[in-house]
Amino acid sequence: MQLPSILSPDLGLLFWMLVAFLIVFVVLAKYGFPVIIKMVDDRKNYIDESLKNAREANEKLANIKSECENILKEAHEQQAQILKDAMATRDNIIKDAREKALAEGHRLLDEAKAQISVEKENALRDIRSTVADLSVQIAEKVMRRQLEKDTEQEQYIERLLNELTPKN
Amino acid sequence: MKYLQKSGRLCLVALLALLAFQPAQMRAAEEGGTDVDVKEIVLGHMSDAYDWHITTWDGHHISIPLPVIVKGETSGWHVFSSSRIAEGETYEGFYINEEKNGKIYEKLTDGTEVRPLDLSITKDVLQIWIVVALMLTIFLGAARWYRKRDCSADAPKGFVGLVEMFVMMVYDDIIKPSIGEKLCKPYAPFLLTAFFFIFITNLLGLLPIFPGGANVTGNITITFFLAFCVMLIINLFGNKEYWKEIFWPDVPTWLKLPVPLMPVIELFGIFTKPFALMVRLFANMMGGHATILSLTCVIFITCQMGIAIGASLSFVSFLLMIFMNALELLVAFIQAYVFTMLSAVFIGLAHPEPHAHAEKA
Repeated sequence: MQLPSILSPDLGLLFWMLVAFLIVFVVLAKYGFPVIIKMVDDRKNYIDESLKNAREANEKLANIKSECENILKEAHEQQAQILKDAMATRDNIIKDAREKALAEGHRLLDEAKAQISVEKENALRDIRSTVADLSVQIAEKVMRRQLEKDTEQEQYIERLLNELTPKN
Repeated sequence: MKYLQKSGRLCLVALLALLAFQPAQMRAAEEGGTDVDVKEIVLGHMSDAYDWHITTWDGHHISIPLPVIVKGETSGWHVFSSSRIAEGETYEGFYINEEKNGKIYEKLTDGTEVRPLDLSITKDVLQIWIVVALMLTIFLGAARWYRKRDCSADAPKGFVGLVEMFVMMVYDDIIKPSIGEKLCKPYAPFLLTAFFFIFITNLLGLLPIFPGGANVTGNITITFFLAFCVMLIINLFGNKEYWKEIFWPDVPTWLKLPVPLMPVIELFGIFTKPFALMVRLFANMMGGHATILSLTCVIFITCQMGIAIGASLSFVSFLLMIFMNALELLVAFIQAYVFTMLSAVFIGLAHPEPHAHAEKA
């Protein structure tokens, strides 16, 4: 029995199938499928990379945020420190100034006292000499007329002086 | 919803009316009261032909003539339209021999009939070229889209997106897991070409009129060619380990010597694998076409028995035809899928890992 034609291989059909299939295979293997597959692979890599980059960027951002917070905290601490220092310095300055003022005051007082005592002494000396001069002059004036003799005069002066000195 | 139901019912009525007409026509064509020859009709519709038959109207065949290219025994090359040898005519000594599958034969001067070298553009060949043209348009068109962009562009939408989805589905779901990620790159173009060739041919084969309708994947020549390509690829690119497993497999020595039992079985396997591929695709596609055509014939047969039986049985066969067509749509995809997957698996098996054995030993 003869096989139906679909079951009996045909040379012409085989030949044309070979030609057609080879053409479509060669063309598509060169310009068709690899282009599509490569593009999809590339896109996949690109997406993976983008995701990785995004994740890294996110991490960086989180780092930056925490860094920011740290810096802010430090700044706050510094500020507090500076304020504290400033207050202490102010207190110190005030204290120093007060001490200095007190010391200066004491010094000035002492100096004034010393000056006063020197002045007093000077004044006393002046007064004494003036008194002596005056006394001498008065005595001269008195003595010139009454006492002629030096000895008498001297004795008198001596006597006067003796009288004056203990009083002093 | 009501509208849909209504229009659906209208369609059904219209189709039934059409079906009722066709048998009458058919009977007119088969003047003389002869029975419908189901086998002839079914095989005729599935076979290759020198012209593309569209319909028979009023006893005349309406068909697209195709070029016949034959090399006569002594007369050299002949190229002529198939309409010259239609309906039993002889042209330049060539005629269609209905007894021998409707192939062209040459009547030599001494009266003997020989089969000339026949490279005619037959219905199946034209169908193949239509598929090739379609494939080139689809995939080169899609590839052009990619050529104009780089990887940072948005994923394609619309038609190019569909092509990409389909190609990547075949590549990622069939080729990659079957061959292995490292080796699959060089084989992917062939397997993708085979998949889409089979798939598009199957789909076009379901169309009842011109741009499709030829039973190409249900022809043993085509499936033989595809399976032969797969066999070549398996055995030309198989690695050392593959050949070792055939000629010196890892079995007890008495299975290999003195009678090489296992090597013979393995050697046999080289041919049975592609043979299974060939027969599976052929039988599935042929079977599907045959079922649909037979169901169509049921209409003609039953209408010869009488209007009542004819109408009722035609309705049943009509529903079955719709079901079969839907099923064939599925089969068109599944067979392309299975062929590609098994080819990929066989290619993957031709690249066994050599160190796997070293570990076992």
